[in-house]
Amino acid sequence: MVIETTPTDISVERLKAGDRAEFARLVDLASAPIYRLGLKMLGTPQDAEDVLQNTFLKALQSLKSFEGRSSPLTWLYRIAVNEALMLIRRQRPQVEIAEEPQEEADDLPAPVQLTDWCCLPESDFLSAESQRALDAAILKLPEKLRAVFLLRDIEGLSIQETSQALGLTETAVKTRLLRARLNLREQLSSYFTGRLTEERTK
Amino acid sequence: MKHQHKHECNELLGTISEYVDGSLRDELCRELERHLSECDDCRVVVNTMKKTIDLYQTETVREGLPADVRQRLFKSLQLDDLLHGAH
Ligand SMILES: [Zn+2]
Repeated sequence: MVIETTPTDISVERLKAGDRAEFARLVDLASAPIYRLGLKMLGTPQDAEDVLQNTFLKALQSLKSFEGRSSPLTWLYRIAVNEALMLIRRQRPQVEIAEEPQEEADDLPAPVQLTDWCCLPESDFLSAESQRALDAAILKLPEKLRAVFLLRDIEGLSIQETSQALGLTETAVKTRLLRARLNLREQLSSYFTGRLTEERTK
Repeated sequence: MKHQHKHECNELLGTISEYVDGSLRDELCRELERHLSECDDCRVVVNTMKKTIDLYQTETVREGLPADVRQRLFKSLQLDDLLHGAH
């Protein structure tokens, strides 16, 4: 079963003509990445499944307006990110007006954590506790930075594909990506510097 | 202050994301690398940023959709009849 391949061989014409088998093929090609995105975006399997189902239901409803300017997968990512953001807003309406990440590259937060923890033993990075710390750090990112990081660095979309999926300029994608990476770097540095101290006092 | 190039550090901070992607323009790349050769702090920032991205990419499990999730998805899309189709 091929999961990672971008479904470029999916026929947009057949999808738009209502070919159910072709749509089922698209579902099988794209559902694993869409589910993974929901899982990382929201943190629970239940929410991820909601995003997954809503994404494909919306896709079915809006097939007619899909112009094929991006790949079907990029189009699905776009729907999925919107679904995820909507779910987040519904669950936490009080933070609806969360601070918008700035689009400008100036005024970046200066790095605080300046310890190099890359030399930790590999087992420290692979432990279940570390994996939980990684997942928790993503959930602490502002949502808009989270979406950019997940599409670009986890799902491996190009800057251009990410900009299509999020309806952002490429410059905005690059700035948000930088901010997301700086933010995660700080969080992981705090965590792994702690591990480093433990290692040294063993 | 830990070192004297703090101003230069701030100026170059905006370039390190493209640098780790290998997409930074040549002249900026040279400028950053010159700075990195003499600035421990920025070297740590670049190394730990690379490691951060690398850890996330390694951590991500590239597995298929859980079978029960796939089944419910096909049902919600009224594609049950195609559930056992070739894929
Ligand atoms: Zn520096």
